[in-house]
Amino acid sequence: MSATLAPQSSSTESVRTSTPRWLSVIGILGVIAMAFTVWLGLWITPPDVTQGNLARLLYIHPPIATVALYWAGGVAALASLLYLWPRTRSFFWDRLAASAVEVGAVFSALTLVTGSLWGRPAWGTWWTWDARLTSTALLLLLEIGYMALRRVPAEPAIRARRCAVAALLVAIDVPIVHFSVNWWNTLHQGGTFLDPGFKLHAHGSMLWTFLLGFIAFTLIFVWLLGMRYRIEVLQDHVGDQELEVTLAERWHEGDELAPVGAGPVGVDSDDGGAA
Amino acid sequence: MWRDALLVAGKDLRIEARSRVGLWQVLPFAFLVLILLAFAIGPDDAPLRHAAPGIFWIAVLFSTVLAIQRSVAIESGEGTRDGLRLSGIDPAGIFLGKAASIGLQLAVLQIVLWAGVTFLFDVRVHVVWLAITASVLATVGLSCAGVLYGALSAGLSVRDTLLPLLVLPVLAPVLLAGTKAWQAALAGNASAGTEWLRLLIPFSLIYLVVGIVLYGPLQESA
Repeated sequence: MSATLAPQSSSTESVRTSTPRWLSVIGILGVIAMAFTVWLGLWITPPDVTQGNLARLLYIHPPIATVALYWAGGVAALASLLYLWPRTRSFFWDRLAASAVEVGAVFSALTLVTGSLWGRPAWGTWWTWDARLTSTALLLLLEIGYMALRRVPAEPAIRARRCAVAALLVAIDVPIVHFSVNWWNTLHQGGTFLDPGFKLHAHGSMLWTFLLGFIAFTLIFVWLLGMRYRIEVLQDHVGDQELEVTLAERWHEGDELAPVGAGPVGVDSDDGGAA
Repeated sequence: MWRDALLVAGKDLRIEARSRVGLWQVLPFAFLVLILLAFAIGPDDAPLRHAAPGIFWIAVLFSTVLAIQRSVAIESGEGTRDGLRLSGIDPAGIFLGKAASIGLQLAVLQIVLWAGVTFLFDVRVHVVWLAITASVLATVGLSCAGVLYGALSAGLSVRDTLLPLLVLPVLAPVLLAGTKAWQAALAGNASAGTEWLRLLIPFSLIYLVVGIVLYGPLQESA
């Protein structure tokens, strides 16, 4: 995997521009699984006894939340740790962590949107200060903070280390935020409505649709993660190429000013500032 | 490490004592937050009294951001960070020293601010030890996490706008736990408040340990 995706940002290394086959296969499988989830969820499964058609949203909401919190969060934290660990330090982990946070942010936002859509008819309000809603919103803000930090231009190694530390700090904070908000709310009122355990009591087609939803969103997550990783590699590659073009242009400027063979040394030392 | 920490804390505090930025900028700002939030909540006594602990902690949190920015700004002069790095001082010592300096300033700020809250909102602390313990623990957590995020944002051109976005969600548990503990201290309900100390203790300890471990690598990347 890492061989085709060329983790090192060496300018001479050729970078593959087409999508690797395994990634396309995962993408196609994800779309098929998703189509089946939609078909089963909307047409085949019966309405829920208590919630009616509203329960159909639960085929996608818990899987999205699982991807956002556990898959994306886990990958980001682990990859950041592996980047900081001197023995495993590689830009592969840095890019993977950044991709996981970005994809995770999308899924966190989707968790909030689908939760809100469910909450409006179920609770009669788009938003309530439920522990899960609040901690997911904070998670999204933490992820946006990480992305903002990543956008700040810096040398790749410095940016990577800074972002890895930031991701680890977020990873440490998420459980604390979760507990604190949970405590904050449950001290006020009874148990939360959103108990993920209760759906496992569902039977037959409902249970299968629910499980298929998890598989579909996990596949889509892996696919998005792979695609985002590729964009990261290509971005670095383009950056390197631009640098090479700029360097070549400056060398030519030197050719015009000085006779061949005498000029480039002085021009070269200027390029550090320009690059 | 401890000697280095004392040196760094002494240096930062001396600079603060001479520049008086804390006294003339951070402290008035904290009072401004008190008054603005009172405007937002309205002039009725009951809601204001109920919100007083929250208002107090919001003011402390915003002031923490200013204190962190100030602590980073001290080191932002030409070559200052490199000088500190090359001085041979243990990074963990620098972390502890900076955290101690911010912590001490926040402690003073909280004492003055609490006098202000008592005066403006007419509330009284019934369980004093609970309020003090919560404040001490929260101050350790705020300053440790603050110094870490300060180091993370040091040297960035967008430091001042990025820092609040990075650090405030992280400090949210302190706001929650601090507010709840103080509410309990005001209501005289010690047992409800001690519950929240159980959140502040791990928060402070985690950021203290993480700071000691991660400050070195962070400093190199600034």
